Amino acid sequence: MNTARDEIAQPKAAAPERVPFDFAKWWDRVGILMVLLALVILMSAIAPNFNRVDNLLNIARSISVNAILAAGMTIVILTGGIDLSVGSIIAVSGVVSVIAAMAGVPAPAAICIGLAVGAACGLINGALTAYLSLAPFIVTLGTMTFLRGLAYTITEGQPIVSSSLNFKDIGNGYLRGIPMPVIVMAVVYLIVWFILERTRYGRHVYAVGGNAEAAKLAGVRVKRVVTSVYILAGACAGLAGVIFAARVISAQPTAGTGYELDAIAAVVLGGTSLAGGRGRILGTLIGSVILGVLGTGLILLNVPFFTQLLIKGVVIILAVAIDSLKQRPGLFRFRRNAPPGMPGQ
Amino acid sequence: MSIRPPLLAVEDVSRRFGATLALNKVRFDLRAGEVHALMGENGAGKSTLMKILAGNIQRDSGRILIDGREVEIRSPIEAAAHGIAIIHQELNTVRDMTVAENLALGREPRTRFGTLDRRRMDEQAREKLARIHSTIDPRRPLGSLSVGMQQMVEIARAVGENARVLVLDEPTAALSRAEAQELYRIIGQMRSAGVGLIYISHRMEEVWQLADRVTVFRDGGYVGTGTLAQISPPDVVRMMVGRPVADLYHHDKRDPGATVLEVEGLAGTGVGPVNLSVRAGEVVCMAGLIGSGRTEVGRLLFGADPRTAGSVRIGGRPSRPADPFEAIADGIGMVPENRKEQGLFLDHSVEDNIAISSLDRFVAAGVVNRTERRDAVLTQMKRLSLRLNALSLPVKALSGGNQQKAALARWLLRDSRVLILDEPTRGVDIGAKREIYEEIDQLARAGKAILVISSDLPEAIGISDRLLVMREGKIVSELVSEKTSEEEVMLYATGTAAPGGNTGVQP
Repeated sequence: MNTARDEIAQPKAAAPERVPFDFAKWWDRVGILMVLLALVILMSAIAPNFNRVDNLLNIARSISVNAILAAGMTIVILTGGIDLSVGSIIAVSGVVSVIAAMAGVPAPAAICIGLAVGAACGLINGALTAYLSLAPFIVTLGTMTFLRGLAYTITEGQPIVSSSLNFKDIGNGYLRGIPMPVIVMAVVYLIVWFILERTRYGRHVYAVGGNAEAAKLAGVRVKRVVTSVYILAGACAGLAGVIFAARVISAQPTAGTGYELDAIAAVVLGGTSLAGGRGRILGTLIGSVILGVLGTGLILLNVPFFTQLLIKGVVIILAVAIDSLKQRPGLFRFRRNAPPGMPGQ
Repeated sequence: MSIRPPLLAVEDVSRRFGATLALNKVRFDLRAGEVHALMGENGAGKSTLMKILAGNIQRDSGRILIDGREVEIRSPIEAAAHGIAIIHQELNTVRDMTVAENLALGREPRTRFGTLDRRRMDEQAREKLARIHSTIDPRRPLGSLSVGMQQMVEIARAVGENARVLVLDEPTAALSRAEAQELYRIIGQMRSAGVGLIYISHRMEEVWQLADRVTVFRDGGYVGTGTLAQISPPDVVRMMVGRPVADLYHHDKRDPGATVLEVEGLAGTGVGPVNLSVRAGEVVCMAGLIGSGRTEVGRLLFGADPRTAGSVRIGGRPSRPADPFEAIADGIGMVPENRKEQGLFLDHSVEDNIAISSLDRFVAAGVVNRTERRDAVLTQMKRLSLRLNALSLPVKALSGGNQQKAALARWLLRDSRVLILDEPTRGVDIGAKREIYEEIDQLARAGKAILVISSDLPEAIGISDRLLVMREGKIVSELVSEKTSEEEVMLYATGTAAPGGNTGVQP
């Protein structure tokens, strides 16, 4: 070992480490949770019956479709992509699974078919994005329209009602008093959390979103990762479509219209960067809950539908604004700029 | 002090970031018509001072005087009003707009009807470019120009706005030799026109060629100022590092073993065919001008670009990577030329950055064992004397030198047999440079085959056993590093000498 090297290294290694309170970090961790808590407290105070158990379970059930969509959307957005087609996938997978069930396919298989249809749609999105290097916004805008058209074509524009739908329990059933969709949602979030936080694949997703070129040069197979995230988002949408069809006990070609935007809103509310590479799945769950609590609370308060939209829009912009302002030095001068011991360049 | 006050004077300026005193009562002065070099390691406070002068950040205390009058610089607009212009390392231009549009940005001339007056805009651009004797066509899209020419456009803009203080931050880092010469010419011209230039650079010979005076900062503090007659390069290095530095490139003689990397007829778009070999324990350096194809060869070997012909063997086994993933599996690691754009995930933690290419080592059934991963990363950080408590910091918070070490640590962790290091010390301070050189030497001694690409000639010669000089996509010369000189390398790199070498073997 060379002594000169140690000499040079030492002052840096021994730099004093006193980390000042880091607002940005704190906000990243729990900020959005605080917003949710404040909202819940507010709603409990002013909305009648808000914090009754059945109402809370209702909220949980009502958000489950959007939350499952948003889980898949989070993975896509973490790579710096976007998927606008998930709302249309809901319709297609719902239609296909209902038709399958009516043709005598057993419930578990019908559910799997819906999920597979979603994944197949995602494969199209992913392959076009990754291997033809097309912009995901445009690709999924196209498939959004195409798949909606497909749903209309299959159903000839009419809902297919099947009162004896064999998989309706996944939308309407309960397990020990907890609605089935809520259980499915919880399982989906557990799986996605595990994938993103604990697996090599998860690190690759973040790497692709953080810097695709660097990811490629670090040995990440970027095209495969990009393709796969759309497949996962498609599978989530397929599952959401099955639940939606089960909820309404029918196949609706109009199902899921506009849902992609609610899913994106939940992801962004949850603090995930649309530029990719930064964000967490738990944030998305909280974002979905906030949207659900807000929606239900406003209904309980008898706020007119038009006004609900106004409020929802303001909340989304506010949340994103806070997220962006906290990045700005000078606003909270005592943090960020440069970590201790490392003067800015 | 002379009767005339200096053009710019900085007196006892301090600035704190959180717990860090980034500038501690620094002094600096600039006279009209001089080039004043500001030197120091990364983190010495040079850039912080420049940001204050540019109005991007504010000082906490101290005074700034222009022509002897105290001024406040609260914004970039006020800086411009005081005649201060800064040419940043990362250029501040809009690539999709034309040269003229860039030069007119924010003050576009308009016709009587309020529409854009393109003809006058082009004329004004031509005038501005003529002032620095540049013949760039104002109607060309900026993005179609080389980095050097883009920089000329930025300088033309500063000159056109009658800047009296011009700050150049590492201006030659991305320039070819010819472009650098052109820049030196313009600097000379501006100096005679009475402009004061602050020149920030790590390149000693450049500073000695250009500057009238040198000021050195260290750890946010002022160390000293001297004219070139008063101090020598070793003095400056000592002032920067705070202690004497032995020969930067010194390494004991290495004893290379069997050939590890064998390349025959390798070609890709615009490069090749290239033949080369690197032995275990050998450091081979590819020298040449920017654009001579060195980076392309590295990328071909690493599977980052498609090859059109040629065979590559690593330890006797053929290597035909379709992408970097396969190249890594074949035992190659590459630190790319641009660490911020290609090498690192700036927002991600140091740990993630180092571990990303070796995750399979810590994975059982797809699940990452995080304790193992952390321990392995820490071992490499310790080896490169990176601060261990930086583990979970975003890598962008590190200095340039430490970022480069993190990029290198990724391949140490991977334990690649063949390492391609593209400009491993660009924008890195002397202390970190020295550590990187020592690590390269250690790696070679541990039996790695190392291929370095460097535009820094003293470095290229100093750290390598053999040199391969590239020109126009081909290797034109093979030289034993000990027996060659910068001049000889340049003869081959510029095509002044016919292809050849001093190894007795025709490349």
